[in-house]
Amino acid sequence: MAKSDLVRIKYLIEDLWQWKKPVRIMEVCGSHTMVIGKYGIRSLLPPSIELISGPGCPVCVTPASFIDALLTLKNVTIATFGDLIRVPGINGTLEQARAAGLDVRIVYSPLEALKIASTRETVFAGIGFETTIPGIAHTLLEAQRLKLHNFSVLPAFKTIPPALKALLSTDNIAIDGFILPGHVSVITGSAAYQFLVDDFHTGGVIAGFEPITLLQTIKDIISQLKRGIPMIENAYKEVVSIQGNIPAQNIIRKVLQPEDAYWRGLGKIPASGLGIKEEFAQFNAIRKYDLQITETEMPSGCRCGDVLKGFIKPPQCPLFATTCHPAHPLGPCMVSSEGSCAAYYKYER
Amino acid sequence: MKDEIITLAHGSGARLTQQLIAEIFAPHFHLPALTDSVAIGHNLVVTTDAHVVKPIFFPGGDIGKLSVTGTVNDIAVSGAQPLYLLATFIIEEGFPISDLKKIVASMQEAALEAGVKIIAGDTKVVEKHNAEGIYITTTGIGTLPLDLHLGTDKIKNGDLIIVNGNIGDHTIAIINARNELDLQPPPRSDCAPLNGLIACMLPAADLHFMRDATRGGVATILNEVFEDNGLGIIIDEASLPISAATLAVSNLLGLEPLYMANEGVIVTFAAADTTGLIPAMKKHRYGKNAALIGKVTSDVKGVFLRTTIGSLRPLPMLHSDPLPRIC
Ligand code: SF4
Repeated sequence: MAKSDLVRIKYLIEDLWQWKKPVRIMEVCGSHTMVIGKYGIRSLLPPSIELISGPGCPVCVTPASFIDALLTLKNVTIATFGDLIRVPGINGTLEQARAAGLDVRIVYSPLEALKIASTRETVFAGIGFETTIPGIAHTLLEAQRLKLHNFSVLPAFKTIPPALKALLSTDNIAIDGFILPGHVSVITGSAAYQFLVDDFHTGGVIAGFEPITLLQTIKDIISQLKRGIPMIENAYKEVVSIQGNIPAQNIIRKVLQPEDAYWRGLGKIPASGLGIKEEFAQFNAIRKYDLQITETEMPSGCRCGDVLKGFIKPPQCPLFATTCHPAHPLGPCMVSSEGSCAAYYKYER
Repeated sequence: MKDEIITLAHGSGARLTQQLIAEIFAPHFHLPALTDSVAIGHNLVVTTDAHVVKPIFFPGGDIGKLSVTGTVNDIAVSGAQPLYLLATFIIEEGFPISDLKKIVASMQEAALEAGVKIIAGDTKVVEKHNAEGIYITTTGIGTLPLDLHLGTDKIKNGDLIIVNGNIGDHTIAIINARNELDLQPPPRSDCAPLNGLIACMLPAADLHFMRDATRGGVATILNEVFEDNGLGIIIDEASLPISAATLAVSNLLGLEPLYMANEGVIVTFAAADTTGLIPAMKKHRYGKNAALIGKVTSDVKGVFLRTTIGSLRPLPMLHSDPLPRIC
């Protein structure tokens, strides 16, 4: 890091230490959770500024029934992003199923799954937010163009703004400001968050992923609080526009449509998911294999929901680091490296 | 063991592998210590290592080269001179002879470079689909100078921690080759026999301990050292030698180079007053990027990373392989 950056970081931290009133700032996005942990940013902040991790880890909020639905499939290859394979369903994980003979393959992009489908019946585990969804929608268009018969996607896509709305509508929620996601906002545009200010009088700043930007973002949120005027600011203008990525939005609209979705820990949130449109039904694994994704109970004792809402910090869960740890995650927040519990386990113990 | 079947995580080299050895193997075998190689008699050192890699051929090496260098390095980090190898092949029915020829030729080339002889072996062929391509196990034998003893018990407060080259390159080369990330130019594995480099290092400084940072990477070794002798370690993130390509891909996939497997990286603990070691290493072709990455210290309890922005955060042992994240 350049010397000038280090000096700036020092000044930012000194400045933040001037702030005495307790505030709670939520970083929505799992990648921000990672950067905060990786750079030990919490250890640099004064006790008055509390960072809480929100629902922006796609793996964490994927319901158990999604995993269980995949586990019922026979004689197919399941293609999935890596961090999903240790997420527990009620009936086990994909990793355990792989050891018992299920053909589970880790892919880095949905197009890779399409390649696998050229030789075998393949189901792609379709999870993700606005960032990953356009790529998967594009893959479905490709599958249609290639007239593939042995490719389908099990959809559990989610969108961030409705989740924030549901979160702020929860009783007793106390969030003073948001560090808004960088990558998601590239697609949605900054205008998508204006309702935070209009309906909930809460501001936020769209941030990139450098530690220095995150510290600056925290300072910007504190400045908003000082002025008492919440607003949506964009500190990631290089890539985030007001309207977002219109072609990506169009591709999503062409293939997918809003529907209610289940979020692990948060429950059912109206119009927060994206399902596959009727014209593409042949690629919808729910239809093809008659699967169901429903609300499922959290493992007993797991307080992931309270963690995602910012009511408690992971170490306040009685199971944290005792029976629940990354090798044996009880709840979803411990599974992905982006999950709040896993990030705490790794970086803040 | 809670999970009643073996999963891939048991082979990751992280906490679950340790558990497997401690709970399943150790009670039935005679395992003096959890090291890469073991001394028998006065000055003989032996080690054995099974090699499975997908794809079998990758930029910078192949399974044959790996099977020689991996075992040579396990012997060499004890300070011993590797002399002989024995090799066992498990081959899947249908495997192309032309590929086998290539693999054996690259074993010969690596053995020649390392100055070891492959003196015996065994071959088994299994039915199609009962193995994937080819697996190679090599056993190595070396001799240890009588006056030399390297071990975690020799590490002291103030010791310098040094690596010989870029970390993470092997893992990124394999991920790229396996998933066709199409990086141009394709990143190359660091796979190399390091006994020549180590021979240059031994006379250059008072070395206390060496280990090759294969599965589990540099961070896992540091944690094993801490668990062995209870001495704290601080690593300086800014000083880590990491290539630009490896850094870019690991940021993209949410993986940390410090936990990535290497095939040509050794972590060395040397006396606090060491001066000539890094210059000596830089003269060797496998030590060009040698760097001082941290120190043993009583300031902390555990393994910690001084981040590029100056904060201190834990660098713990991982339970299992880190998973690439959805991005
Ligand atoms: S520590 Fe485990 S059980 Fe507790 S909230 Fe986190 S994921 Fe759930």
